[in-house]
Amino acid sequence: MLSSIRNTWFSNVRGDLLAGIVVALALIPEAIAFSIIAGVDPKVGLYASFCIAVVIAFVGGRPGMISAATGAMALLMVTLVREHGLEYLLAATLLTGVLQIVAGYLKLGSLMRFVSRSVVTGFVNALAILIFMAQLPELTNVTWHVYAMTAAGLGIIYLFPLIPVVGRILPSPLICIAVLTGVAMFYNIDIRTVGDMGQLPDTLPIFLWPDVPLNLETLMIILPYSVGLTVVGLLESMMTATIVDDLTDTTSDRNRECRGQGIANIGSGLLGGMAGCAMIGQSIINIKSGGRTRLSTLSAGIFLLVMVLVLDQWLVQIPMAALVAVMIMVSIGTFSWGSIKNLKEHPLSTNIVMVVTVVVVVATHNLAFGVLAGVLLAALFFANKIGQFMLVTSEYEDATDTRTYTVVGQVFFSSSEKFIEAFDFKEATDNVVIDLSRAHFWDITAVAALDKAVVKFRREGADVEVIGLNEASATIVDRFGVHDKPDAVERLMAH
Amino acid sequence: MTTENHDDGAQMPHHVVACIDGSEAALAVCDYSAWASQRMAAPLMLLHVLDEEKYPARTDMTGNIGLGSREQLQEELVSLDQERSKLALKHGHVLLDEAEKRVLASGVEKAAKRQRHDELASSLVELESESQLFVMGLHGESSAAAGRHVGSQLETVIRSVHRPVLMVPDDYVEPRSAMLAFDGSATAFRSVELLSATPVFQGMPLHLVLIGADNPEHQEQLKRAERLLSTQGSEIHTAIRDGDVEQTLHAYQQENDIDILIMGAYGHSRIRRFLVGSTTTKMLETARKPLVILR
Repeated sequence: MLSSIRNTWFSNVRGDLLAGIVVALALIPEAIAFSIIAGVDPKVGLYASFCIAVVIAFVGGRPGMISAATGAMALLMVTLVREHGLEYLLAATLLTGVLQIVAGYLKLGSLMRFVSRSVVTGFVNALAILIFMAQLPELTNVTWHVYAMTAAGLGIIYLFPLIPVVGRILPSPLICIAVLTGVAMFYNIDIRTVGDMGQLPDTLPIFLWPDVPLNLETLMIILPYSVGLTVVGLLESMMTATIVDDLTDTTSDRNRECRGQGIANIGSGLLGGMAGCAMIGQSIINIKSGGRTRLSTLSAGIFLLVMVLVLDQWLVQIPMAALVAVMIMVSIGTFSWGSIKNLKEHPLSTNIVMVVTVVVVVATHNLAFGVLAGVLLAALFFANKIGQFMLVTSEYEDATDTRTYTVVGQVFFSSSEKFIEAFDFKEATDNVVIDLSRAHFWDITAVAALDKAVVKFRREGADVEVIGLNEASATIVDRFGVHDKPDAVERLMAH
Repeated sequence: MTTENHDDGAQMPHHVVACIDGSEAALAVCDYSAWASQRMAAPLMLLHVLDEEKYPARTDMTGNIGLGSREQLQEELVSLDQERSKLALKHGHVLLDEAEKRVLASGVEKAAKRQRHDELASSLVELESESQLFVMGLHGESSAAAGRHVGSQLETVIRSVHRPVLMVPDDYVEPRSAMLAFDGSATAFRSVELLSATPVFQGMPLHLVLIGADNPEHQEQLKRAERLLSTQGSEIHTAIRDGDVEQTLHAYQQENDIDILIMGAYGHSRIRRFLVGSTTTKMLETARKPLVILR
């Protein structure tokens, strides 16, 4: 117990605290930017980021992962906020938390195994595109100053680290924000600043119960949004967890993470924050900055609030262009550029799954729909591929006027038509033997196809004998008892 | 130290597992495990665990991510880990080779060598099905440096494994006598049964020491234990002593010049069952001679 607390909290104190500062800097722009997208005051996003990061540090299942108010979630709230207002958003956030906790107890985290690699890549790319697109309103109908400042900001972010010594110890996004704020204040340039976007936090968050009527009508309003938020929040969290797992060569407890996300969202909703989830970009920044344990997440949340409260007069002066530059960086860093290169090498079906996931997300602004489309498509491609692993050969024996069909491979819904087509019903023979002892029947469609074939042969006047049906259909049952008998898989596949 | 077959490991040889590390005790661990494996006629396995004390993460404060940052970061972290693990692995091979030479010299025919990436305790739990005794040093690699007396991992190991653990001091002396700390409880009788089934202590004087009041009930229990052990063919002494458990046991051990002390790991209260009994912990801290903890 004690040693695990030491491991998940205090095994890397220096790296975690430093990373916490860097990550807090990357959290502020996203919290502000997406509060604006969702149509609420920046303080809603900032309180949410603080609360979620702090709570998830204790209850999450993936040490070192950063969760806060995110773009993917904010995009789902837009209509709810516009039509019903902030109080309903807070209620929806609470309900999201409850649903996520339920998902955690139902162990839905393990459903992630159905999400294939290309869907994950598509999700990540779509997310990056969404983050980028969310910056566009700040870049349209504005003076050239904004473009110049955004470009300068990006220049600082990527070039500043090249300066020897200083470049390695000061986070470049911080320099970007500081320099651009300084320039805007010094020259008194008339561009939009954070202060123009709405109220910033001025106190520590306070506990408040959402001011909505507790009735069925309210529930019906918030439920659809909460379900969407639940699914997207968990999906992004699970995928981020996978990425952090890969980077740090450790494992995470997915179902605990689901419950943790739920608890964090309930906390956020009660403190006047919006729903959030894990963040891919910021988690990568955390790992890159040397953060590994829960302490890094906790310190990111605390530094965020401290910065926001202490620096509030300065914060309102930050030009939106500086935040846009930081968010463009997050978007570039989130996008999987390797996947573009891989398009040439990967099979077409994989590429289609990835691209469809991206297109559906960008079209609907809902990551859940994209993932659903991707998973379905991937499953169909898989069924199609496996369906090709079936071969029917036949032999004719003169003496008994017998045609013997030998079926090898996988028979199920996708290959059943091909299975029927393989029989020559026009051939007039006395006896037909269908040897299934090397085939696998996976579903009822396969059995129906066999029935159909047998009936057809009988109508043509042949006597039909089916061999090996019992072995072939052993695979239809829903649960194979292979876990307790190591040789069961061998036996199942060998006959 | 039973040779009973466990359902899952019936075909696997039951090894004496020597936990080797870079500490001074490693040599003694080799010698004692060689001795035990010969006495038990059990195969010997030398185990080195690359305990992944999480490497300190490198701090990069630039805080930016750009084209292919994730892939690049992944590659960086992987090659860093690879370098460190390769070195650790090499170091482990050297340690194991040294250990092998030593046990072969002391008459063991063959020793299996294994390395695992894990924590020591979980590695041992993993190996439980194919082992019957774990041998490890009282003072580990890190405890010597930190000036602590007991190896940092001992307690965790004792708490998690379900096989006897032989803990040895830094110097090897061939054991010629043994004593069992006995308290008349059900677990103590289980220990007695285990002892009667193992050939390790055959032929050497065996002392049964009960710490507690000298009353008829205790005497009766001692008699029963003595009968159980008499099949071993060793010379058995029994004694009842009153006083502080740890001090009395040590005093008795010194008086009678006993080489190995055997005791159960459990304390008596319910809560302590989760932890190692406090007496056991104290014994570990003050032990100068080999100690067998039975689970």
